Amino acid sequence: MQIKEFTKGLIKENPTFVQLLGMCPTLAVTTSVSNGIGMGLSATAVLVASNVAISLCRKFIPNKIRIASYIVIIAAFVSAIEMLLKAYLPEISKSLGLFIPLIVVNCIILARAEAFASKNTVANSALDGLGIGLGFTGALTIISAIREILGNGTFLGMSLFGERFAPATILILPPGAFIVLGLLIGTINLIRSKNEKGGADE
Amino acid sequence: MSLFIELVLLSLSTILVNNFVLVKFLGICPFLGVSKKVSTAIGMSLAVTFVMTVASACTYLVQAFLLEPFGIEYMQTVAFILVIAVLVQFVEMVIQKFSPALYNALGIYLPLITTNCAVLGVALLNVQEGYDFIHSVVFGFSGGLSFMLGIVLFAGVRERLETADIPKALHGFPIALITAGLIAMAFLGFSGMKF
Repeated sequence: MQIKEFTKGLIKENPTFVQLLGMCPTLAVTTSVSNGIGMGLSATAVLVASNVAISLCRKFIPNKIRIASYIVIIAAFVSAIEMLLKAYLPEISKSLGLFIPLIVVNCIILARAEAFASKNTVANSALDGLGIGLGFTGALTIISAIREILGNGTFLGMSLFGERFAPATILILPPGAFIVLGLLIGTINLIRSKNEKGGADE
Repeated sequence: MSLFIELVLLSLSTILVNNFVLVKFLGICPFLGVSKKVSTAIGMSLAVTFVMTVASACTYLVQAFLLEPFGIEYMQTVAFILVIAVLVQFVEMVIQKFSPALYNALGIYLPLITTNCAVLGVALLNVQEGYDFIHSVVFGFSGGLSFMLGIVLFAGVRERLETADIPKALHGFPIALITAGLIAMAFLGFSGMKF
């Protein structure tokens, strides 16, 4: 069991900002912070469960039908999460709507199954799933915080700036999702290239 | 006649007002992944349109004659993704057998369609909206067309971006996202239209 399997997913191999995976939910549900966190945690739960299950079965899944088997395993967990959310958090379930069942086709989960869980031990796979999942949640939280604060003037539903603030509504509309994510990834690229240059000078 | 008009309006509103890619964010992965050239974008979207139309028909039948009679609607996600996976595999084999030229053109995109969330999305939306068989098929087909419109427009812009002078940090993915944002903004103009 290695702790670095957990930490790598948070920043260095962040699924959203570095690996650029799972863009549909990233763009679609980040209109408010509560949606972003809800989506992130649901995906994390599915990711940990599916990584553990796939790692357990990795020795007897035939190579040829492995992708199909992974999808069925993932779909089973997604259905379970969907029912749990509907029962205990009906509001989140309503606002995420279609994107809860669509976790099945989220490339992050299939990518971790194929690239990690199918080759590693159960404990390491669970840690990997948790790290990547929390990295995804963090990314969604950052994007949705920017969009909600600037686009709606609220944070987690609380009004921040009083009545005279005119929010940039475009940010919570679909185009805002593309533009915020594009600028964020651009900023991260800029910081990364500066860091690399700094490293080379030393 | 009124059914015909209703279907035309449904497909117009799906293509323009509720564009799958730019408004509903379905199928973003292929939208960003295979939009570097107009020709590949057209190939991909033809394959997606075909699979979405057939998948709408098949999942409607599965929902109406398998899941609902036995009261196992909670198996929906699992059943639909299996139907789509089988369908994509089947389509791949049929095209390979009967039209090798088309297969060579679409070949590499076909397996990718299984994990395209627009396909599963259209199947789930059909059930959510309570569409009957004809509406489902038309909705699936026009969903595919809306994907095609989005990705082909985007690929056209992206081809020109290749040679444009943009800040280094924005090269590649970030500028593509910002471009998509601007196209989505243009599509917002349709949102006032009510059918």
